[in-house]
Amino acid sequence: MRTILFSISLFLATGVAGATSESYGYPHQDPYVATVVGTPPEFRAVLPEKIPLKKARLTVFEGREVPESLWYEEGLRYSYALQKQAAPLVFLIAGTGGSHDGGKNQIMAKAFYQAGFHVVGLSSPTFANFIVSASETGVPGHAYRDAADLYRVMTLVRDELQSRIQVTGHFVAGYSLGGFNAAFVALLDEQRKAFNFEKVLMINPPVRLYSSVSLLDRMLENIPGGVDNFNQYYKSLVERLTQVYKRGDRLALSEDGFYKAYQELQFKNEELAALIGVSFRLTSADLALTADIMNDAGYIKPKNLRLTKYSSMQPYDKVAMRLGFTDYVHAFFYPHYKAKDPSLTRAGLIEEMSLADIEEYLRSATKIEVMHNEDDFILEPGEMEFFRRVFGERAKIYPYGGHCGNMEYRDNVAHMLSAMRQ
Amino acid sequence: MMKTMNSRIRATLLAPLLLLLVAGCSTKPVQEGEIIEPTFAADRVLREDVEYASDVYDPWSGLNRRIYVFNANFDRHVFLPVVAGYQAVMPDFAEQGVSNFFSNLSEIRNVINSVLQLKAESAFAGTWRFIINSTFGVAGLFDPATAMGQPQMDEDFGQTLGRWGVSPGPYIVLPILGPSSLRDTTGLVADRLLFDEVRFLGLNENSHEQWLYYTLVAIDARSQTAFRYYEMGSPMEYEMVRMLYSTKREMDIEK
Repeated sequence: MRTILFSISLFLATGVAGATSESYGYPHQDPYVATVVGTPPEFRAVLPEKIPLKKARLTVFEGREVPESLWYEEGLRYSYALQKQAAPLVFLIAGTGGSHDGGKNQIMAKAFYQAGFHVVGLSSPTFANFIVSASETGVPGHAYRDAADLYRVMTLVRDELQSRIQVTGHFVAGYSLGGFNAAFVALLDEQRKAFNFEKVLMINPPVRLYSSVSLLDRMLENIPGGVDNFNQYYKSLVERLTQVYKRGDRLALSEDGFYKAYQELQFKNEELAALIGVSFRLTSADLALTADIMNDAGYIKPKNLRLTKYSSMQPYDKVAMRLGFTDYVHAFFYPHYKAKDPSLTRAGLIEEMSLADIEEYLRSATKIEVMHNEDDFILEPGEMEFFRRVFGERAKIYPYGGHCGNMEYRDNVAHMLSAMRQ
Repeated sequence: MMKTMNSRIRATLLAPLLLLLVAGCSTKPVQEGEIIEPTFAADRVLREDVEYASDVYDPWSGLNRRIYVFNANFDRHVFLPVVAGYQAVMPDFAEQGVSNFFSNLSEIRNVINSVLQLKAESAFAGTWRFIINSTFGVAGLFDPATAMGQPQMDEDFGQTLGRWGVSPGPYIVLPILGPSSLRDTTGLVADRLLFDEVRFLGLNENSHEQWLYYTLVAIDARSQTAFRYYEMGSPMEYEMVRMLYSTKREMDIEK
């Protein structure tokens, strides 16, 4: 039955059976365009418009004290869509700063649900709600600890849903940092064996975290005049958007109108790179400020100063926006873990946060599959070789698509599903 | 009888709000022990000569933040459950009909404000839409005008003021309605004075009917708005929403 469902959904998803990679038809050959714009509607896989995705909250640590100014983050939020019959269950892990029901997790959720899976959407361990409610240390970005946090959550979610569904096997898929997380979760599962995952799919993962966050931090330098000119840059963007808005009226501000707006705006390459940089900076700022408040770490907010429910975030919000992810690594992340283990070195910690640290395992674990793009700019030159060398046939590398820009493209969705075949 | 019911409803709505405004926690951070300067202290990182996009004039921030939290709670415990119930009970086409009906009524506000802003094209478009949708669209339940290629132009008195050079003034978070400004709140009141939908529809003022009307307007408006409080994963949500609202209004005025 599952095979039949699978074939049908594969057919639906691809539209054309047996499309080959030689004629890869994803339309955006520029990595920045692909990343910002994604997949144009006519190139998308046919996915259901809506699936019965339910939202829920979970208490991970009984009695955990949530800082007053983050009161609304109490309880871990996640989402799920269940099949009526016995089916495999797939956990979906979001990328850096991504929520359980964010756009890319929803693409995966729709594809896998349509293919007959129970799906469970999980936020990234770097998402504020996860940091506050499900991170043991409250200092995210640690390959092994984030994996342990995710594993704990997966176990709890399974317990929560157990009475309502029959599960025939467990799977994991994640994009970007979520893909990276998935590898460490798989390794942990080899020891703890709570799930015995059948297949694990990594979509556009980084190799070495520090390399990728450095590259993304630096993309902000594409703002004309640098970060100091952010306000002028923002204003000029708004001005141009207004011109489109004037003509297209409501359309430009809706999601469908976004692509049209993009076409009319004629962004230059460095402008798109700057946009990606801004988006990553927002994510880093949210993460660092949340972790700071959570631990009273004295990183941006003065130590021993408790913010209330109604306290202003100024000037901490502005400071957070001026700091990169690498600042967080050096001035918060490393000192935090160094305090716990005095023998830890900075270089040692940075090298540990890398797929290379578990290379032997990845080489032997045939259950793990990779989907990547040759032009993904979160990888340093040469890092793509790592995937070819370690995963061989299990690495499907598309010629373009930027960073996760082609996830919704029909060939990619088809491959996503076939990679998870038992 | 009607009168007591009205005042009772009003009291139920206002009591928690007033309580919230006078009682409870301070907006000031609490000192717990010796304050230790952070690694990245604001006075070292931020420069005076740099403008910040997130800076919006918000002198009533303390009150605004309380109302923001109240709105989030109201949304979660009252508004969204009611909207979900409404959506469950109403067939989709009926929901759309209600939405179209209110939207058609707002056309009058659009036309008045287009005229006040000397936007002839927009005024004609609104008038044409109102005539088409009120007749062929069966009193506004359908929206054939959009299908015929004439989308709605949103204009309100806040935008009219902006068009003639009135600055937004202090940022205001309105109970239940959410982000606004002194200019836009003034605009809301002015729009109601210029065109009273309740009177236009022949409903009794200060009556059950009026409350029902406004409740339905509110439910419809909420069901059309995708925003959910505290789901963006940012401890700076209030600041982000404030910035985006201000930007959006500037764009509306420019349009």
